[in-house]
Amino acid sequence: MKQAEFLNIVMPFKDKVFRLAKRLLVSQEEAEDATQEILIKLWKNKTKIQEYKNVEAFSMTMTKNFCLDRLKSKHAQNLKIVHSNYQDKNVSLQKQIELNDSVSIVERMMEDLPEQQKIIVQLRDIEQYEFSEIAKVLEINETAIRVALSRARKTLREKLTKTHNYGVS
Amino acid sequence: MVLAKIEALLEKYDNGETTLQEEQQLKNYFSKETVAPSLEVYKPMFAYFSQTQQEQFTKDVPLEPKKTYSMYKWISVAAVTVLMLGIYFQTNKTQESKNYAGLSIEEKAIYDNTMLAFDILSKNFKKGEDNLKSLDLMSSSLNQGTENMAYLGEFSNTERKIFNNN
Repeated sequence: MKQAEFLNIVMPFKDKVFRLAKRLLVSQEEAEDATQEILIKLWKNKTKIQEYKNVEAFSMTMTKNFCLDRLKSKHAQNLKIVHSNYQDKNVSLQKQIELNDSVSIVERMMEDLPEQQKIIVQLRDIEQYEFSEIAKVLEINETAIRVALSRARKTLREKLTKTHNYGVS
Repeated sequence: MVLAKIEALLEKYDNGETTLQEEQQLKNYFSKETVAPSLEVYKPMFAYFSQTQQEQFTKDVPLEPKKTYSMYKWISVAAVTVLMLGIYFQTNKTQESKNYAGLSIEEKAIYDNTMLAFDILSKNFKKGEDNLKSLDLMSSSLNQGTENMAYLGEFSNTERKIFNNN
């Protein structure tokens, strides 16, 4: 397979891989490294890529496993991935600063969710995957996904309501 | 959009039962400037969702294999060929110089002199060898002596018998 062909396959979902990695690893740099690692792994196995029915779902599963492994090894070493990117660089200037502020609160709230729920919210609410696709990525059934998603959404809403009522950000 | 409908959608949304289209409707609603005050809470969440969706991976991925590797390979091949050629020519040269006819006059003289010296040495060796012949003679007579000594062995045998009987 030529490089151009490979890029055509990979391009559409490389941002999704990156965003999922960032959701799990939080740090921008770590997420970039992870994405790079995943893409290189895919490139090395490029001969097998045609055999996979759904390259995107396969890559997302790979990303999930890779990031979780990474987190596990960091926890084992008693290290935390350091990050300083609470502020999103890609926010357009037109957006209200006020909104911007509460938006980064949402990001921090999502960090507190359990890993599984994080992944599901990421895939559903941000990447807009169908439940069947998420099921493929995570290798669990759709009902379990719905339950986890509902739980995550309710947690987020509760927390938002709290901060909203307090008027503290 | 009617507020009641949005509220119903939100209820479904919280239970994880909305379809992607319905979620898109919600996103569209909350991206508007004015949102019903009771639903203000949701606004940052949906804003965050559509915002992060824009984030992109911009880092380059080095997919090309390293080129230095193949260069080293060819350099090693060249080095080996040069070495082999060198050895081949070197051995050819030494073989040629062994030919007597190919030598210069001086070299011939040296060669003749050494040959002469070797000749004298070998003659002397022969003389020495002749002298050694007399030694050979001596050793054969010594051998005869040892054969005669074997009879003495008989004496000791009989002696042992006597002592054992005692």
